[in-house]
Amino acid sequence: MARAVVTVPAQAKRGEIIEIKTLAAHAMETGFRRTQLGELIPRDIIRRFTCTYNGVEVYRVDLHPAVAANPLIAFTTTATETGTLSFQWVGDNGYSVTEIAAIRVE
Amino acid sequence: MTTRREFLVLAAASLAAPTAAKAQLDPNLAAKRKAAYEEALGKVVGGARVRAGRVKLQLPPLIDNGNSVPLSVAVESPMTAADHVKAIHVLTQRNPLPDVVSVHLGSRAGRAGISTRVRLADTQTVVAIAELSDGTFWSDSAEVVVTLSACLEEGLI
Repeated sequence: MARAVVTVPAQAKRGEIIEIKTLAAHAMETGFRRTQLGELIPRDIIRRFTCTYNGVEVYRVDLHPAVAANPLIAFTTTATETGTLSFQWVGDNGYSVTEIAAIRVE
Repeated sequence: MTTRREFLVLAAASLAAPTAAKAQLDPNLAAKRKAAYEEALGKVVGGARVRAGRVKLQLPPLIDNGNSVPLSVAVESPMTAADHVKAIHVLTQRNPLPDVVSVHLGSRAGRAGISTRVRLADTQTVVAIAELSDGTFWSDSAEVVVTLSACLEEGLI
């Protein structure tokens, strides 16, 4: 089941740098592991994480198999205006999860 | 007494074993990984000069479990529209694939950096490269010792 958690401050001062933490529940299967019978387990990872602030992309990460399971991504952005932050994870096998957080800027 | 199901599993395993053994005994693995790393580095910097400094890569020096290693990168930059960090790339020298993460950001990030958790296959050097808006590249590297590797199946040297 596709699930993700984001931590965003509910309010901030204009121009303040806010910290954002995101965690997506995903096995991040590397494609290098084998079963006991020697068959390769096919790759199944999240390829891209995007954070948009009121529709403008502010942060994007390309992920590779070397990212650990349940990828944690912590980063910062500048609080510019009241609105919504949208987080999207896109991956193999049609994986796509979107989370939205509201922020009030004074 | 071996049941038919157990017999089939064993037979399949013995057929599959030679391919697995071959993968572990590739004598050129170290050279191949070095070449893959050089190629990935070339893709990131495109022949530009990479200078040491401004980037701070944080990793624990001794890692018990390579499956989940906290990694953070911070880049010194005023993060203004005129002078900011455009991208941060993290590369490894001895993982099956050299790329770890590529971060694309701009002046709105406030501070240039990322914290995440990665997999490390072996005792090796991890490199973080930052691309600035003025076209220069800066880097930092960290030596890590990994006692329990991620992807043990991959025939490490």
